[in-house]
Amino acid sequence: MLLNTYTDSIDFQAFTGWIHGVLSGALPAWGVTLVECVLIGLGLLLGYALIALALIYIERKVCAFFQCRLGPNRVGPYGTVQSVADMIKMLIKELISIDHIDRFLFNLAPFIVIISSVLAFGCLPFAKNFQVLDYNVGIFFLMAVSSIGIVGILLAGWSSNNKYSLIGAMRSGAQMISYELSIGLSIMTMVVLAGTMQISEIVERQADGWFLFTGHVPAVIAFLIYLVAGTAETNRGPFDLPEADSELTAGYHTEYSGMHFGFFYLAEYLNLFIVAGIATTLFLGGWMPLHVAGWDSFNAVMDYIPSIVWFLAKVGFVIFVIMWFKWTFPRLRIDQLLRLEWKYLLPLNLVNLMLMVIVVVFGLHF
Amino acid sequence: MNLTLLLVVILTAVFLVVAAWGLDYLLSPRSFNKQKGEAYECGIPTRGKSWMQFKVGYYLFAILFLIFDVEAMFMFPWAVIVGEVGVAGLVNILFFLLILVLGLAYAWKKGALEWK
Repeated sequence: MLLNTYTDSIDFQAFTGWIHGVLSGALPAWGVTLVECVLIGLGLLLGYALIALALIYIERKVCAFFQCRLGPNRVGPYGTVQSVADMIKMLIKELISIDHIDRFLFNLAPFIVIISSVLAFGCLPFAKNFQVLDYNVGIFFLMAVSSIGIVGILLAGWSSNNKYSLIGAMRSGAQMISYELSIGLSIMTMVVLAGTMQISEIVERQADGWFLFTGHVPAVIAFLIYLVAGTAETNRGPFDLPEADSELTAGYHTEYSGMHFGFFYLAEYLNLFIVAGIATTLFLGGWMPLHVAGWDSFNAVMDYIPSIVWFLAKVGFVIFVIMWFKWTFPRLRIDQLLRLEWKYLLPLNLVNLMLMVIVVVFGLHF
Repeated sequence: MNLTLLLVVILTAVFLVVAAWGLDYLLSPRSFNKQKGEAYECGIPTRGKSWMQFKVGYYLFAILFLIFDVEAMFMFPWAVIVGEVGVAGLVNILFFLLILVLGLAYAWKKGALEWK
């Protein structure tokens, strides 16, 4: 069996084609487009909300187990409905209107944060033919939209007219733009290896082996840098100083209440998913099953697992690793944080990029 | 480029915010209290303005970020085709990177990368 003749056991193209056929039979052309757009929007919304709820639950359970606690276990079996209950609680909380804030920017900030994370979410390749936005400059687009979120965070902190919020937002901004560089350069390293920026194409090119394994040493270094920078980018783990509770209450969203706060909370967890999703796409083969050259029966068994399960499992693994960081390393000071980025990761990244170019140009990769 | 889908995704995000916000607005209780409007700081009214001049260190890092991010933007098209261009592409970008690394070295030597 050839390695790259992978057929998915759940064929999404057949499913979407079937929907398109049914709709075209019943509606005029513009109606079909309209209904399909609404369906895509609803699907995206549902996926976004469900993943956020699931991640909040997983975060609490993982955090509890790391601390030898039980975690949520009262609402629903094993506490599985806890995050739904929390969402309902958040929905019935009062939206407090604070004096002396810049009301327009204050209300604009959640829009920017959510738009940025939904756009990035739409770029993720969940399975074969199961991706909303697939451009030929996909990775570039993904980086562009995910960096818009920083603007929302800065606006939130600035408009709150609260010193904690302002300091939190400034720290958050400095941290996120600094680590944006490492993310960009480690993604670029993988683009050199892939030779394309289209996300679906990047996944297709990993049919014979995930980039983490085929890319030689530079790919491994890029993966490690990406993990560190991704953790910093989502303001998590040892890099959570924008929200250092003991010094800054809650950081940039101190003044937000009710669902207003909920948007930042939602975006934070979705950004975790997006960072893990990009890591999966670039390094761990996206939705591609694990193939080992020569082990034909093993590969055949792996092919039975649907691609969406592969994608979610890999993303889950990366998310678990990022959560693990949080309970392993102590929080950094801001000078240590900036030193790590500018004096260690950035030069290492530039050298690594050159290494990868040498590997690709002279064909040294597997 | 399929811009219809882009529009659909943006509208989905806007719908999410508006819908959740509206739902909260409909469901939540409201009460007025003078203390509620104050900044959540120490329980007493804030002293001085919060919109003030800010530590210059943040701006330094923002400017440095700008230089390297624009550089990354220029290098992405090169990254896509460097595998086909081969050694010529490698040599050409080395000059570009050399100038940038000189800039980083200069900022490092001047102490712009220290947090003071």
